[in-house]
Amino acid sequence: MRASLLLLADSRLPAGGHAHSGGLEPAVAAGAVRDVPALADFLRGRLATSGLVAAALAAAACAHAARGGGAWAALDAETDARTPSPAQRAASRAQGRSLLRVARTAWASPALDALAGTPGGPHHPAVLGAAAAAMGAAPREAAEITAYMAVTGPASAGIRLLGLDPLAVNRALAVLAADVDAVAAEAAGFADGPWAELPAASAPLLDLYAERHLRTDLRLFES
Amino acid sequence: MTRGYTARAAVTAAPGAGGAPRLTRLRSDGPLALRQTPDAVYLVGAAAGPLGGDDLELDLVVEPGARLAVRSAATSLALPGDGESRMTVRASVGAGAHLDFAPEPTVAARGCRHRAAAEIDLAADATLRWFEELVLGRHREEPGRHTSRFDVTVAGVPLLRHELRLTDRLACTSRAVLGDAGAAGSVLLAGPGVAAEPHAADGLAVLPLAGPGVLVTAVAADSAALRRLLAEGERRCRQAAGPAPTRQAAVAPA
Repeated sequence: MRASLLLLADSRLPAGGHAHSGGLEPAVAAGAVRDVPALADFLRGRLATSGLVAAALAAAACAHAARGGGAWAALDAETDARTPSPAQRAASRAQGRSLLRVARTAWASPALDALAGTPGGPHHPAVLGAAAAAMGAAPREAAEITAYMAVTGPASAGIRLLGLDPLAVNRALAVLAADVDAVAAEAAGFADGPWAELPAASAPLLDLYAERHLRTDLRLFES
Repeated sequence: MTRGYTARAAVTAAPGAGGAPRLTRLRSDGPLALRQTPDAVYLVGAAAGPLGGDDLELDLVVEPGARLAVRSAATSLALPGDGESRMTVRASVGAGAHLDFAPEPTVAARGCRHRAAAEIDLAADATLRWFEELVLGRHREEPGRHTSRFDVTVAGVPLLRHELRLTDRLACTSRAVLGDAGAAGSVLLAGPGVAAEPHAADGLAVLPLAGPGVLVTAVAADSAALRRLLAEGERRCRQAAGPAPTRQAAVAPA
């Protein structure tokens, strides 16, 4: 993996990823996650559902950008259709806007420029995929980064929210690493197929938590 | 060679007198037996199942201006058998038409390998009510492998693509996905004028989609609690088409 891809996956990338817990904060507020085993269980479910969907969308975006495609409105509609929760759509667009700003200052790409015209801002997986393509990465790599971020973001949020042992959380992530790779491989398999057939695995409880979170007065994370 | 059923059933509804549809096609096939009643077309289930190896398809066409309600007489029970079972429903709803699809629940029994799919194509001003309930195993039973995929387009634009995968037990019982729920379900209301405020409560989410529709999803300990949650979610939605309250939405099972 080349250094620019590592930059894209790095949590220190100034794209505001630290402001999002991927639904973990409302799960903690609901008492569903209190310790490291519960966090690992949460991450496994998130990876298999929204992680898979985001990774597949990012892989498709990467393949599309690499072909010089410009049908971003169609991919945007496919993303909306797989994101029934309005709170999650808003969080995805907020993260997409932040990442796009960072990516466009670092890597020149007509695809990233085209995404800037998306009403409300582009969805996060589309920007991840287009940014990966801008540095010559393959759809599989875009999927790997996206699946990886689907678990590492909430994991570090767990450390901050619950004061969990960072070593124990890191160990849980290490156990999940093979699953992250498997999800990325599955997601990348759809990159060149029709977008209608991209995975759409849902997580009813994540949807519920996302909506509940927006109506919470006191919160540390945006989502 | 599989010993399962291969069945292709179909209904075509045209506008009829007094709001009831005129059925220009009503084709039963194998386990998919269809009967017309004054209020709906019923799937009466001429055989147990679906069993592994069954490949069932139901094709629904609601012609412009027509209204069709589809119900079922009984729960369907996905059972193991000779390979994977499949149930695919395809629906096309024409301009100004309305489809209300609300069968009784599907129970994913231990060892089943069932794949449910629904592909719905709505005209721009068509309306839809699509009600689905899945019970995760019979009494104190772990469910088998059940996947469902639901694809809805409006004038060719995707409105909702939604899968529920019960394939990896650890992933689907995750506290991010279904937790320890015994039943999960959803109602999609789609069409011009359908609206709701986003809402989340214990086990219930009311989700206004980016396109013209609202998805109500619920998870519950059992099917009776699930139906109460879905009915509450549906009451929170404004339905432009204003279909009369159905037997299903109004009555929770005993």
